[in-house]
Amino acid sequence: MTSANLDDTSYELTLFVNGASELSARAIANVRQICDVYLDGRCRLVIINLHDDPESLLTMGILAAPTLVKHRPLPVRKLIGDLSQTERVLLALDVPRAHPTPATRG
Amino acid sequence: MAVTQRIDDPLPPAKTHPARRTLPKTPTGITGLDELTEGGLPRGRPTLICGPTGCGKTLLAMEFLVRGITEFGEPGVFLAFEESAADLIANMSSMGFDLAQFEADSLLVIDHVTVERAEIEETGDWDLEGLFLRISAAINKVGAKRVVIDTIETLFGAFSNTAILRSELHRLFRWLKAQGVTAVITGERGNGTLTRHATEEYVSDCVIVLDHRVTEQSSTRRLRILKYRGSLHGTNEYPFLIGESGVSVLPITSLGLRHSVFTERVSTGVGRLDSMLGDGGYYQGSTVLVSGTAGTGKSTLAAQFCAAACARGERASYFAFDESAAEIIRNMSSVGIDLRRWVDAGLLQFRCSRSSLLGLEAHLLVMQQSVSDFNPAVVVIDPVSDLLRIGSDADASAMLTRQLDFMKTKGVTALVTNLNSEGQHALADEQLASLVDTWLVVKTMEGNGEHNRVLYVRKSRGMAHSNQIREFLLTSQGIELADVYVGPQGVLTGSARQAQEARERAEGTDRLADLEQRRTDLEHRREAVAAQTATLWREYEDEADVVERLLRSGSTGTEVRAGQRAEQGGLRRADSDQHRDVAAIAQMRVVTE
Repeated sequence: MTSANLDDTSYELTLFVNGASELSARAIANVRQICDVYLDGRCRLVIINLHDDPESLLTMGILAAPTLVKHRPLPVRKLIGDLSQTERVLLALDVPRAHPTPATRG
Repeated sequence: MAVTQRIDDPLPPAKTHPARRTLPKTPTGITGLDELTEGGLPRGRPTLICGPTGCGKTLLAMEFLVRGITEFGEPGVFLAFEESAADLIANMSSMGFDLAQFEADSLLVIDHVTVERAEIEETGDWDLEGLFLRISAAINKVGAKRVVIDTIETLFGAFSNTAILRSELHRLFRWLKAQGVTAVITGERGNGTLTRHATEEYVSDCVIVLDHRVTEQSSTRRLRILKYRGSLHGTNEYPFLIGESGVSVLPITSLGLRHSVFTERVSTGVGRLDSMLGDGGYYQGSTVLVSGTAGTGKSTLAAQFCAAACARGERASYFAFDESAAEIIRNMSSVGIDLRRWVDAGLLQFRCSRSSLLGLEAHLLVMQQSVSDFNPAVVVIDPVSDLLRIGSDADASAMLTRQLDFMKTKGVTALVTNLNSEGQHALADEQLASLVDTWLVVKTMEGNGEHNRVLYVRKSRGMAHSNQIREFLLTSQGIELADVYVGPQGVLTGSARQAQEARERAEGTDRLADLEQRRTDLEHRREAVAAQTATLWREYEDEADVVERLLRSGSTGTEVRAGQRAEQGGLRRADSDQHRDVAAIAQMRVVTE
């Protein structure tokens, strides 16, 4: 998420969490791991506490928590849950499964 | 609100014990529903309203909010899962609900929650905290006391992990209770279950089931309170309507048989009929049935009734189901009943519609609203048989009973006509007979190559009414009733009656002429007698004259004859005695003559 080589193939993710709940903590840990391991840091992640930003509930149509929104690359997808099912997360994020290992580029 | 005990309510009145009525309720403000629920929905608890598509769930729920805002000062939140706020605002404006204004006044929040499964991927455990926060924010925004969630089951389409969803819904309803809001949750009818995803499991305080049935091509919406924990409620199915001003659950009035009774009479518009009914017509607030086959003059009787009311300066409502107002006005003018002028004067109101246009309940609601608005003294329903055809027999008579009761409480005199089938006694007559106070039968009598109308009073409660059959004439001056002739051939009507009248007139004339003739004859005889008497007198006088003359000339004659005899005797030498005899005889003759 602090990767320097952001380009068209990089990911823009927002994770909405419900405060400091156990689910939130698990989701945050999981998304960070996915960014680091599978996206090779080509990932800009914003974490929002729903309680702090109720407006985003309406704008993003958030019902469940935690919800991970993939803004880019298109299409926009929403992933709900604690992101513990890594396979499903990668599928939903459209990460190429042919190269499960970290990318070698850069 | 006032607790009204209904006659058709299965609940015994003794149970309305004040000490037991502790369950706080939130009045819905929806016509009729608060009476059924004995005061409204359970305050601070969720209520489930379920039913099939198009049964009016959303509208009922929205009206609950609107009435809360307008009548009870309780702001509301509408959480819409199906319709957008713009759609809702547009749809409800047709009911006269200005939702946009309520939103602007911070009395209402409409939150459209979109859920699209295609966008959502489940990757582990989750909760519905986002939804909770959304509802919470909306409630706090306006200080809502009422919340509607329409339809929560949409969530089942969005999330595949129903185990989590169910536990979250349980939590949602617990949370709503904790918020102290009175919530209405809608649910779609499922296959064999009340709702598709068994929402009734979570909402167990009050369940209202709506239904939308089509029988004989007309649809009827019905409402039933399936369950109301801790409260009395009506258990029947009650028809409800979506009208111009929202939902109305019938009966609007649940009055029983407690209306006040009037002793004033209302003229029938036909003088002779007034006297047939004893003393001046129908009772005010009574119900009159005019039944008869086609073309017997039922509508004319109804029109004359209206015209008479208008002539007294009263208002009349005419509900027609087989003719348009223009047709009725034209047809009645042909028998000298001028309805146009009463329409123009604003005293007579026509409401004409085909009976098949609306369901039975809708018709009755329209009529009730119209009667409430126009406030007529007399109401005509012509013909009620068209209305009764719409629903099943049981429905129809229940509805009609309510309608007639409604008019009775208002003191409205109602005249309903009923079209019977030719040759058979209509079932509707039997249904109606016990409901009505006065029953007039108009029928045609065939005979003598024609058919004629007759009228009689089949029944009239509380009146010394005539038991006679009258001939019912439609003249150019309206209705007239004529005596019928009852003779050896039975009842005579029409030309037979006229012939009988003529015959009686002729017979009367004959008797008179006969007497006249006899008087003339007597006069003639008197003249004849007088003439005869005169003749006899003349003959007598003639004779008397002759005799007088003879008497005057009598002495000289005797002397002449004696002289002559003496001369002859002398010639014939007769003795003197013979002379004396002849003279005596001559004298005697004169005397006798």
